[in-house]
Amino acid sequence: MSKSVPVLNVHRLTKTYPSGDRTLTVLKEVSFSLGTSSTLAILGPSGSGKTTLLSLCAGLDRPTSGSVFLQGVCLDPLGEDQRASLRNQFVGFVFQTFQLIPTLTALENVMVPLELRGSNQARHLAMELLERVGLGERLDHYPVQLSGGEQQRVALARAFINRPRILFADEPTGNLDTETSEIVADLLFELNQAAGTTLVLVTHDHELSQRAERIIRLRGGSIISDTRSNPQLQGN
Amino acid sequence: MEKARSNVSFRWQWSMAWRDSRTNRRQLLVFVSSIVLGVAALVGISSFGRNLRTIINEQAKTLLGADLVIRSPRPWSPEAEVLLRTIPGEESREVSFLSMVTFPGHRDTRLAQVRALEGEFPFYGEFETEPTPAAVSFRLGPSALVEESLMLQLGLQVGDIIRIGSFDYQIAGKLKKVPGESGTASMLGGRVYIPMRYLGQTRLLQAGSLANYRAYFRLRPGIDIDALGRRLEPSLARLQLDSETVEERKASLGRAFQNMYHYLNLVGFVALLLGGISIASSIHVYVTRKLNTIAVLRCLGARIGQTFHIYLVQALAVGVVGAIAGSLLGVAVQWLLPTLFREFLPIITPFSISWLPVLEGLAIGVAVALLFSLLPLLRIRRISPLLALRSSFESQVAGRRDPYRWLIYLLLILATMGFAIAQTRQWRQGLVFTAGIVISLGFLALVGRLMMALAREFLPNSWPYVWRQGLANLYRPNNQTLVLLLSLGLGCFLITTVYLIHYLLLSQISVSGGSSRPNLILFDIQSDQRAAVAQLLQAQGAPALQQVPIVTMRMTQVKGQKVEGLLLDRRRTIPEWLLRREYRCTYRDHLEDTETIVAGRWNGHAEPMSIPAISLEDKTAQRLKVQVGDRLDFDVQGVPMTVTVGSLRKVEWEKVTPNFFIVFPDGVLEKAPKFYVLVTRSQSSQMSARIQQAVVSQFPNVSVIDLALVFASVDAILSKVSFVIRFMAMFSIVTGLTVLAGAVITGRYQRIQESVLLKALGASRRQVLRILMVEYLFLGLISSLSGLILALAATWALARFLFRFPLTIAYLPTVAVLLGVLGLTLLTGMLSSRGIHSRPPLEVLRSDTF
Repeated sequence: MSKSVPVLNVHRLTKTYPSGDRTLTVLKEVSFSLGTSSTLAILGPSGSGKTTLLSLCAGLDRPTSGSVFLQGVCLDPLGEDQRASLRNQFVGFVFQTFQLIPTLTALENVMVPLELRGSNQARHLAMELLERVGLGERLDHYPVQLSGGEQQRVALARAFINRPRILFADEPTGNLDTETSEIVADLLFELNQAAGTTLVLVTHDHELSQRAERIIRLRGGSIISDTRSNPQLQGN
Repeated sequence: MEKARSNVSFRWQWSMAWRDSRTNRRQLLVFVSSIVLGVAALVGISSFGRNLRTIINEQAKTLLGADLVIRSPRPWSPEAEVLLRTIPGEESREVSFLSMVTFPGHRDTRLAQVRALEGEFPFYGEFETEPTPAAVSFRLGPSALVEESLMLQLGLQVGDIIRIGSFDYQIAGKLKKVPGESGTASMLGGRVYIPMRYLGQTRLLQAGSLANYRAYFRLRPGIDIDALGRRLEPSLARLQLDSETVEERKASLGRAFQNMYHYLNLVGFVALLLGGISIASSIHVYVTRKLNTIAVLRCLGARIGQTFHIYLVQALAVGVVGAIAGSLLGVAVQWLLPTLFREFLPIITPFSISWLPVLEGLAIGVAVALLFSLLPLLRIRRISPLLALRSSFESQVAGRRDPYRWLIYLLLILATMGFAIAQTRQWRQGLVFTAGIVISLGFLALVGRLMMALAREFLPNSWPYVWRQGLANLYRPNNQTLVLLLSLGLGCFLITTVYLIHYLLLSQISVSGGSSRPNLILFDIQSDQRAAVAQLLQAQGAPALQQVPIVTMRMTQVKGQKVEGLLLDRRRTIPEWLLRREYRCTYRDHLEDTETIVAGRWNGHAEPMSIPAISLEDKTAQRLKVQVGDRLDFDVQGVPMTVTVGSLRKVEWEKVTPNFFIVFPDGVLEKAPKFYVLVTRSQSSQMSARIQQAVVSQFPNVSVIDLALVFASVDAILSKVSFVIRFMAMFSIVTGLTVLAGAVITGRYQRIQESVLLKALGASRRQVLRILMVEYLFLGLISSLSGLILALAATWALARFLFRFPLTIAYLPTVAVLLGVLGLTLLTGMLSSRGIHSRPPLEVLRSDTF
């Protein structure tokens, strides 16, 4: 895929919510675009609009104005099911709270995205991925039987199983201790690099953000800076 | 390609449903239990009804004991005798009448149904007697078969003597069952069979005596009963005789029992509806817990329909498993029912499984579970994937504006109405039942909410924490208080109403037989005995309060149309019994206080040389389609008589005094053959027994109805009927308790967390337990009080508009139901909460997921 076709193109994105008699603007005229295999960290304090931006980019919510193009497809006119289908085809997710389905085993959690596509390779690929994240022995464990770090590794395997064009990670290490955070972050970047996936990372963690090629800083719903990160830290 | 993908998607939804239910199966099983009892009630009753129908078909001939029976309310006329002789086959005859039976060895008298029998009746089936040969041997000499209950009451033995009229009979055996008759047949008086050839010796039957005459026939093989019926019809109509064939008996019995089990089915359906409401509530809680999973699946690319189906499949599974379990239990219930209905059934119904009702129960159970489940499941369509990112995000749930929600409400109402109409076979009753259910549930919800609001508003802040917390628990998030209130309240409402109506009916009889009203009715007094009987009563300290002459007659024309012709007219709307019956009329110059003129004018004295103007009971006039001024013709024991309808009367039949369809004015019937009814009042049961003995020993043909015994009989019948209804209503109460247990188990984790938090904050185990007790106490109290208020309202409405009685309330059963429901709620709640307090705090506080 050519780097010249943006995987994600965000154009003058605005999101407001009614709050009593007033209107609360959470995101204001945000625009940027991302090419294939690029990595972006979105930094900002609480309430700056990071998660709102992520949710709009992934088509989980609709903007008040502006547009999102995912893999060249404009999300605006798409219905809920069409967006879901697009997500299943092109998008991976990693959540701060892991968001594994408690009633499914590690293996089954990882299989879900491919099963939704109707693939018969789901089991085989899920086992491979779990092996790769170091959980080959814990395939049949339920989330409640796994530690936080292990749960997030399962979530990583699930995020990559459908070979997404773009991965959205919302504070992926936010619920982990320092040591585990590092392991998970390493794994995230390693898998990302191997799959050639575009990564959008929302984080508070300054150090983690430095591992992305590009950093967008948000404050009060607006981009206050859009910079390249320190190239020396990348890939660490 | 698309088809293959849709197949995969379908398989995936089922496999996800299976996986998703993994850790919740125990909980889902609890949901299942909500509909089990409702389905069990439906399957049990329907299977039983179907079996009964089959048995009625199989044993049809034993229900009548013959191929054909001809009945007459008067002795067979020579013309009738000629007609009977034309019927080809074996004949058996019976004369039956009410009479006092005395037991010389026991100084006791009882009103009995004496049946004098000639011939081999029953031709099909047999009298069940003890000893068995007595069924035949009593016919050989001056012997009698005496109803078993009568023998038990009086301590009689086989071989003892009973006296009927002026003749003594030796008891040949106990009569246990007569083909085609249920236990209730002997409620007014035990049955006593004697041989016809010893009837004359009783000297009881005289001209004008009240007796029924029957001729039973076993037709010769090959006789076409329909052709015979067609041949006999004109003669039967002309002679005003009544006939019944096996087919007719089958049809009338079938109708009677179908009605019975259709109405019981409706009571069972109420339990199923409650189960449905409970499922809706439980699935609402279930879906609330699954919001995150649904949002994650949506993030991962699951379509709205796919997530919806995952949970629809689980709800469907709940419905199917519940319906299967209910059907199995229903088969067991069916096994119990013949015992329950024994008194009302003319035949013994052996146990056998009917598959159609089982399949119907399954289908209805699944449909109800599914329809109710759809209400909370609709919400899944609106769950945003954003919820996976923001746990605080409040998804837009299916609100009142969701048109599908209204569509489901409509479907539920239509389904209820459809079921009720299918059961009752009447549009109006189906609509009334549905409206009743909707109003009851709405009323219960309103009353329950109001009481809860009042409790919250007025519970003093100074009350101990335990009480305030216990009440507050009823408002916890995802609470199922309303559904518990509905199911327990509705069960309580049904049971209390049945008790209250039972008491209301009894109280009317006891009031009627109370302080100043007559409680002994003497009938069949011949004109020449009247003065002597009145004198005897006076001597016993019970003067005659009323002496009513009775003249029997047959109707021959209605508004100039011959009754015979009317009977043959297939389009006639006048009921047959009204045309055929023997009218027992009285004459007097005044109206009684149970009568009110509603049309025309009452004149107590006949105008000389003019057509007598009678007073007709208003409902009879409606049925006969006659109005004031219309002409009626009668045959007064051989003398034709034309009258006009002078007035219409409303009669309070519920008051136990001699009431009549037709009252003549003075100056018309004085010379006609007649007998008298005397009413009096005895002060005690001993006095009553003394009067009965004295009357019977001097006037053997006179019968005495002791209202105290009638009261006991009515009580016995009502008790049995109300027991059957209560049995069905219990399904609702037990469903309510199952719902309660289910709600406690469903909210178990929340309760465990609360209990641990309270303990962490310093509450003792005892305090935590007491909080729960207070919660269940409030729940039981509010539910039963709501049910009780509804029951009082319903009883008042029934008393006022249906029975037209003043409302009387049975306090004892009411309080007993209230305390019973309260106690059961408390017990079920506490039993279901076992183990909640023994969980180690650390384990609970650390775990994030259930």
